[in-house]
Amino acid sequence: MDPKNTSPLLVDDIQRTQYPYVTGTSVIGIKYKDGILIAADMGGSYGSTLRYKSVERLKGIGKHSLLGASGEISDFQELLRYLDDLILYDNMWDDGNSFGPKEVHNYLTRVMYNRRNKFNPLWNSLVLGGVKNGQKYLGTVNMIGVHYQDNHVATGFGNHLAVPILRDEWKEDLSFEDGVRLLEKCMRVLLYRDRSAVNKLQIAKITEEGGVTISPPYSLKTYWEFAAFKNPTAGAEGSW
Amino acid sequence: MTKEHANWSPYDFNGGTCVAVAGADYCVIAADTRMSTGYNILTRDYSKICKLAEKSVLASSGFQADVRALQKHLDARHLIYQHQHNKQMSCPAMAQLLSNTLYYKRFFPYYAFNVLGGLDNEGKGCVFTYDAVGSYEKVGYSSQGSGAKLIMPFLDNQLKSPSPLLIPAQDAVTPLSESEAIDLVRTAFASATERDIYTGDKLEILVLNKEGLRREYMELRLD
Repeated sequence: MDPKNTSPLLVDDIQRTQYPYVTGTSVIGIKYKDGILIAADMGGSYGSTLRYKSVERLKGIGKHSLLGASGEISDFQELLRYLDDLILYDNMWDDGNSFGPKEVHNYLTRVMYNRRNKFNPLWNSLVLGGVKNGQKYLGTVNMIGVHYQDNHVATGFGNHLAVPILRDEWKEDLSFEDGVRLLEKCMRVLLYRDRSAVNKLQIAKITEEGGVTISPPYSLKTYWEFAAFKNPTAGAEGSW
Repeated sequence: MTKEHANWSPYDFNGGTCVAVAGADYCVIAADTRMSTGYNILTRDYSKICKLAEKSVLASSGFQADVRALQKHLDARHLIYQHQHNKQMSCPAMAQLLSNTLYYKRFFPYYAFNVLGGLDNEGKGCVFTYDAVGSYEKVGYSSQGSGAKLIMPFLDNQLKSPSPLLIPAQDAVTPLSESEAIDLVRTAFASATERDIYTGDKLEILVLNKEGLRREYMELRLD
């Protein structure tokens, strides 16, 4: 059969992603008084090996959006190329219009869902935040196209460990400082309990006037001398 | 080694319960706003109800990405219909369109469980209930989704619809007044949320009658 006239689904030597290679762990995002904050660490895991330690997982998209990714790093980087094309093409109209976070989130959702329909997913969970026309926007989408918006979102382990903290402590009018403190509290919990988390992270901010700012990498202060860390089985007798 | 790597499925189940009750001159369509995956609650405020035309409202649960794709598809088809016929699609027509749309993907289905409620051409309430591949039936009331197994027997008990086997066919609309129907739906959800972990957070109720469309909310359990 001529491969050019055949559906890619019928060609048997085509490669599809069935599992990820290098992955990034949780991303968390929150709305705050002036915009959106997103945090992610810089680890790139090859299975359980910590293969890369300086992976940028937060990127600005156009003028009004900020993207954070967990999951397969190469798929994320390919997605960034799609988005570059999209924003460039949008710019070339030169009509004064530009994509806002809602449009970018919708585009990402379409790409993710489309790829799952082809049984060739992009292996990521994405967090997209932004501000346009005074409207804050924070949404997420995963590898099979499930998407939603909320005041705070998290991917992966963050869903288990950070979301409960955010539900407790998140407020509509958080200041920038309090927002960063809240994210750092979540990242610290993840650092303690998620084995693929590393102590090198970035926090990105987006506001209406200020645009996108991504912090240089930094680390959190940790304290490992808790009794439960030193002797985790003390008091746990077990049943046999 | 048994497990080498993570695997994936093109489907997920995001939970949720939908109910619709038809009366002589109204239709009540309701669904909770919780979206879950496994034991995680992803968000507490995601609407499962979609107004497709002036007199048809769709409530859907199942796999959220498929549900959203289905809603967008039906919205687009309705827009084309309006351009071609210069009118709103009727609820029974929308019911047939939904069935065909679901069956079109018979061998890679939309994992969506739908209840379509609306008013027919005489202004009488009507409810259509579906499975994921497009089988559908016109009924007087119905429930779909994760809490359906708790709600459906309750509605059967309270509403005692005439058997579909009766000849001549008996009208399926419920004898309740509009406010009685809303109360019944509220009670049904208050009970379902006690036992079904995928139902909760908030109940969204749409009431369709000759005055138009009205929307109300009720808080449900958050746990």
